[in-house]
Amino acid sequence: MDFELSDEQQQFRGVVREFAEAEIAPNAQVWDRDHTFPVETVLAMGRLGLFGLVFPTEYGGASADFATYCVALEEIARVDSSMAITLEAGVSLGAAPFFYDGTEAQKQEYLVPMVAGEVLGAFGLTEADAGSDAGNTRTTANLDHSREKWTVNGQKTFITNSGTPITKCVTVTARTNSDTTGPPEISTIVIDSGTEGFTVMPAYRKMGWHASDTHELVFDNCEVPADHLLGEPGGGLKSFLRILDDGRIAIAALAVGVIQACLEQSVEHAKGRNAFGGPIGRYQSIAFKCSDMAVSLENARNLIYKAAWLRDKGRPIRRAAAMAKLYATEAAVRATSDAVQIFGGYGFMDDTPVSRYYRDAKILEIGEGTSEIQRLVLARDLGLPVE
Amino acid sequence: MNVVVCVKQIPDPSVPGQLEADHTLDRSAKPILDESDSFGVEMALQLVDAAGGGEVTLISLAPNGEVSGLRTALAMGAAKAVLASDDAFAGTDALGTAKVLAKCIERVGDADLVLAATESSDGYTGTVPVQVAELLGWPALTFAKKVDIADGVVTIQRQTEAGYDVVQSSLPAVVSVTAGVVEPRYPSFKGIMAAKSKPVDNVTAADLGLDGQVGWAGARQSIVKVEQAPARLAGEKFEDDGTAAEKIVAFLEDLKVI
Repeated sequence: MDFELSDEQQQFRGVVREFAEAEIAPNAQVWDRDHTFPVETVLAMGRLGLFGLVFPTEYGGASADFATYCVALEEIARVDSSMAITLEAGVSLGAAPFFYDGTEAQKQEYLVPMVAGEVLGAFGLTEADAGSDAGNTRTTANLDHSREKWTVNGQKTFITNSGTPITKCVTVTARTNSDTTGPPEISTIVIDSGTEGFTVMPAYRKMGWHASDTHELVFDNCEVPADHLLGEPGGGLKSFLRILDDGRIAIAALAVGVIQACLEQSVEHAKGRNAFGGPIGRYQSIAFKCSDMAVSLENARNLIYKAAWLRDKGRPIRRAAAMAKLYATEAAVRATSDAVQIFGGYGFMDDTPVSRYYRDAKILEIGEGTSEIQRLVLARDLGLPVE
Repeated sequence: MNVVVCVKQIPDPSVPGQLEADHTLDRSAKPILDESDSFGVEMALQLVDAAGGGEVTLISLAPNGEVSGLRTALAMGAAKAVLASDDAFAGTDALGTAKVLAKCIERVGDADLVLAATESSDGYTGTVPVQVAELLGWPALTFAKKVDIADGVVTIQRQTEAGYDVVQSSLPAVVSVTAGVVEPRYPSFKGIMAAKSKPVDNVTAADLGLDGQVGWAGARQSIVKVEQAPARLAGEKFEDDGTAAEKIVAFLEDLKVI
């Protein structure tokens, strides 16, 4: 058994931390305030190779293991969750579908520039009345065999990275059977940005993740070539479940970065802020919050590395990914809340990073499968007849 | 176009430094690449890239066979390294260091250009690059804030107080570069993994034919004493009784700053 990251992974953590502190941290507050998607910094993350870590070298990636990707997400999230979710969505939702299901031609056209971090892909699953219950998907794609074109109609909600200046495409799940009485056949269709009939609605106003790009997408008789089917017809559900399992570990890694930052900043503040004649860290009400945060950080980190290890061994990860995501994201929400409490009035001010962390954390319990969905996955895994 | 870059592996400046009993810096902890050398490494990589061929070789003098700083520069893209590490080097002064580096450059053999930082961030003697050039019998161009190579000629902009001088020489030459000559890249994970297997040629004083010329025995300098810098003295205060302006002008004129 070995709990150490390799020398190279530790060195890489140092590089990503240096990058995050130099290129992201000084700007995060302003990006948050102004709702700026910082294209140049995202491209710089691409040059650093962050978007290609887990993909094979033949497509320009680094063939790194999943733990290395988790390390990168942790370090970016430690300074800015918005940038971390841009990375996570770019890799786990944008590029991964092409890696898993793309033809060689699709990989060359889409995966290669995504791995290089030159373009982003987005993944459209959620709709107004369909999320984790993807079987209720209402978006349709009909193939006209004579014209060799798909016609896509419908809408998608909360789609990350879908409207940036470097978004190349969005892959959407859609019903591809015309027979509406039988079970739905869900397939994945690639729609290039700028295609006629594809409208990116104005950016959402959100509680947090202000520097991340999120839109509603509308497809109105949007036509794409027949070869824009990604994977097998009807393979959409299976495909997105695999993508979400990976994504859950990645979101958990992002949560670990948030807890790490809260712990560091809380401890520093507890040592430096004086009240009633001494540092507030001498009060157990403050100190023990930090102790609990340290425990949850350790637990969360061990869960994500274990899940990443299982994934790299090719073992089943559904349970480990659900546990990691459930635990780490709820611990992150608690850590940000405790950090704000430790910072007191300062914690409520925009100038204090933990106030941004607090707003940014809640979505972690929601995106890529809510906490409730994770508990459902785990209850079913235990053999319970839960609905 | 082959470029050799002199790099120093120094104690991490973010950790408070300790001195040994002999007044030298405690170098027992894992060292890092001197940040001032990352500019030379980046410059070298860009020059080789622009030339369309060749490679970047690192040379370094370090105790205990330390390679962690070299690995950072190899991860940035340098092809290989020569590491001079030997107990016999302990106590080597600036000139001795230059002798070691000059021998390493000769060992590399095919260098068109040698880059170094203007000075290291731990020793700050600022003398090594010109000493290396002298020992090799090559031109030294110093304080470069811009470096161009064309047709076997190196042209630099030499930083001065007022602006810059344009200085040219034939190759091979030694050029010292300032911080900011280029923006150093961050090593990628792919680069870090590749660096693991890049060759590091470990050499001793004997390998370089420098037995007895380096280390404490060969040093012409010694550190006699190390003291705290004196605290800054309080400045002169002028109470404004209506004549303060004239007094300040007179004060500044005395200093010949106006």
